[in-house]
Amino acid sequence: MTASLTGSASRQYATFRVGDHYLGIGVTDVQEVLVQQRITPVPLAPPAFAGLINLRGQIVPELDLRRLLRLSLREPDSTTFSVVVRTEHGPVSLLVDEIDDVLELDASSVEPPPKNMHPLVRSLLLEVHRLQHRLLLVLDVRRTVDLDAD
Amino acid sequence: MTTEDAEILQEFLIESSDNLTRLDQEMVMLEQHPDRQDLLAGIFRTIHTIKGTCGFLGFTRLQALAHVTEDILNEMRQNRRRLDGPLTSLILHAVDAIKRILSSIEAGAGEGEVFETGLISQLQRVWECAPTFQLQTEAARLPAPIQEEPGAAPSQASENSAADPTGNHDAADPPGVGACQTSGISHAALRVDVGLLDRLMNLVGELVLTRNQILQHDSALEDTAFNPISQRLSLITTELQQGIMKTRMQPIGLVWNSLPRIVRDLATGLGKEIGLEMEGAETGLDRTLIDAIRDPLTHIVRNCCDHGIESPQRRIECGKPPRGRLSLRAYHEGGQVNIEIADDGAGIDPDRVKAKAIERRLIGVEQAARLSAREILNLVFLPGFSTAASVTSVSGRGVGMDVVKTNIEQIGGTVDLLSEPGQGTTIRMRIPLTLAIVPGLVVGAGGERFVIPQASVHELVRLEGDDTRLVEHVHSTAVFRRRNALLPLANLCEILKLSSESPPDEISIVVLDADEHRFALIVDRIGDSQEIVVKPAGRQLKGLACYAGATIMGDGRISLILDVMGLGVLSKVIAAGHSTRGAPAVEPPSGREPGRRPLLLCRAGSFERLAIPLPQVARLEKTPSADVERASGRAAIQYRGRILPLVDVAEMLGGDGAHAEDLYVVVYRSGACEFGLVVDEISDIVNETIGEPCPSHHAGLLGSAVVGGRVTDFLDVEAIARMGAVSSSDGIERLRAAILEGGCDRQWVGVQA
Repeated sequence: MTASLTGSASRQYATFRVGDHYLGIGVTDVQEVLVQQRITPVPLAPPAFAGLINLRGQIVPELDLRRLLRLSLREPDSTTFSVVVRTEHGPVSLLVDEIDDVLELDASSVEPPPKNMHPLVRSLLLEVHRLQHRLLLVLDVRRTVDLDAD
Repeated sequence: MTTEDAEILQEFLIESSDNLTRLDQEMVMLEQHPDRQDLLAGIFRTIHTIKGTCGFLGFTRLQALAHVTEDILNEMRQNRRRLDGPLTSLILHAVDAIKRILSSIEAGAGEGEVFETGLISQLQRVWECAPTFQLQTEAARLPAPIQEEPGAAPSQASENSAADPTGNHDAADPPGVGACQTSGISHAALRVDVGLLDRLMNLVGELVLTRNQILQHDSALEDTAFNPISQRLSLITTELQQGIMKTRMQPIGLVWNSLPRIVRDLATGLGKEIGLEMEGAETGLDRTLIDAIRDPLTHIVRNCCDHGIESPQRRIECGKPPRGRLSLRAYHEGGQVNIEIADDGAGIDPDRVKAKAIERRLIGVEQAARLSAREILNLVFLPGFSTAASVTSVSGRGVGMDVVKTNIEQIGGTVDLLSEPGQGTTIRMRIPLTLAIVPGLVVGAGGERFVIPQASVHELVRLEGDDTRLVEHVHSTAVFRRRNALLPLANLCEILKLSSESPPDEISIVVLDADEHRFALIVDRIGDSQEIVVKPAGRQLKGLACYAGATIMGDGRISLILDVMGLGVLSKVIAAGHSTRGAPAVEPPSGREPGRRPLLLCRAGSFERLAIPLPQVARLEKTPSADVERASGRAAIQYRGRILPLVDVAEMLGGDGAHAEDLYVVVYRSGACEFGLVVDEISDIVNETIGEPCPSHHAGLLGSAVVGGRVTDFLDVEAIARMGAVSSSDGIERLRAAILEGGCDRQWVGVQA
């Protein structure tokens, strides 16, 4: 995996995998990463609302990124991770398939989001970074946790 | 300003604001009891302290104002001046001015722009007019320098008081002494930052949850050494929780403090005499709730003074004492705080309220006719019901009683109004002690656990074996027969689209009160009752009316807290459009929502949609038509060992009386009279606002109205019963009283005659 180690305008991204997508969130937005949480489902909630998790006594909503990104649903017993992000309305957890490294990238690798992407998915992205073998889709946290825009 | 000075200033501001709030009250009391030296001493001390400290801090204008006020008080203290109404007003004005300057200082704007010179000179003149003083001409010049040079005022004023033989004591006092006098009272109390208390409350919430988890773990462990430790932890946690809750409790008197002043000013302004009585000022309430009830309470008190209590002449004409009485009472009851505001004024005329509600198209004529007196009174809480005809500067401030109701409901409370024309009005508020930790009932549905706020739970019922027949599924509508009443029935699994896991041959029902609606809810399992810590469930779920929040259970798992009103609306047992709230309803359903009547809808012959008032329906029966016998030549069935006369609705309405194999019988009861209405089909039970009625000329029908978006005919059960000759004439009168009244039926009666 390549990462530019220098550059004053560089930013660090916590990266993870959801389906075939390689995604990232600015590390400053990430509060913590958790392995497989017990999720309490909320009947009648929007499909992307996976449920509620107990984060050391705090009740945190868990959103399923597969649903948000219009991807196929994961196998019932597959292991998941929760990326807890900070938002202005308290922490929100994002359900992802696999956790990857923290990358440091600068503006030189920024690309526009692919044209063939679902417009609703594109609207959740802040930017796209062209890496050696793949694209890193950087999520706009504020829009991602706002289910009304869904 | 040094840090030390800033601290002194802060201390001064806090102390003065506390003292001045108390002073308002003391002043009003003093006016009523001019001989109370202790009150006078307290007032004097407060003003004296302010004067002393602000001299020390260099607030010259404030000092001048406090000084001249103090001079007047000092004369009273020495019995050389009696307190009268105008003087009280003047002193209260001075107190207001002091408050204004203090809040300006607090805002960092120094002593502010207003010089209050007019007030100071007015005070000065009053002081000079004292009968024991002969220096009037000499002193008359004194206000002049104060007006022109506020900075020079303190020296003038203090010289003045030093020259005054009666004012020697304070001129000699060093500034700090006054402060010492007051602080001596409260050495046992500490000021604590409210934010710190809030954090402590949150931590205790966490501790309660952790305790619950440990207890659960302990019961599974069966470790004899661990058991007493966890028990001890539990006890300490409970005590700590109660202790922290107590620290957040503030006496309701904090809100009441401002009322004597408000009432006094209003009474003076309106030319009325009003005595205010307060009982239970020490009743404690969580501080967040104290803030929430302040405005509603003030509004109600203003209303009582303005609209409730009559002028002295009017009161004498009515044979009442000229002085009106306004009483406030607060007390704890069943984990709630009750606050009653009662006046002995003119009361509220239900006819006027009704007329106004109809005029403002808040309810229909027919609806109005069917409301009880109490329901009519509660119409004043409807949005849009304004007493605009009598707007005054006092209460026509755009804050209606609907806002009062909304505010109180937002904190999980209820408001109720009782009034006896000519005798007075009582408004009762019921408010929970705290919002953070509430008792809840755990229920199971579809493998999940949910919590229902205990305050909304009216009754728990478990039906086994034959009893399950008490739940009837009449086409799409389920009803539950509870003693003599039929309750609309909802199923939690169906509402939440979960697959039920309830054991066969067993039905668990929770009877719920949502505001004034009572309904039954089927759940898979009824669990324990426990203390739960209410936490928000995230803004992504704001749109889901069925949840009031979430909580963490003893095993660390999350459970959703159900919103009973939201559930009722979702399951359609409560008509949509009714205000939903996040907090549990507490008020027992002593009256229904105005303009909203539960109706049984059925089909008979060519009449597809007939409405019968549900309260008069005792039971719904399904009988094979072969069971119909004749009694005195009329159709009847045997029903619970009695003969139940039957009347065929379709036939009475001019259609065919032919029916299928099974008859649907609506057992109708009015007073002692009971008979069965035979219909083709029971279609629904609704409880919703009824649109404007349209009278009918069809015999046997009262009229039509839109119910649930469809035109519905209202059955005139009384007429049907008479036509079917199943009802005694006495019963008819009672029936008529029960279901007929109002404009549209008068028209109908006219046609009959």
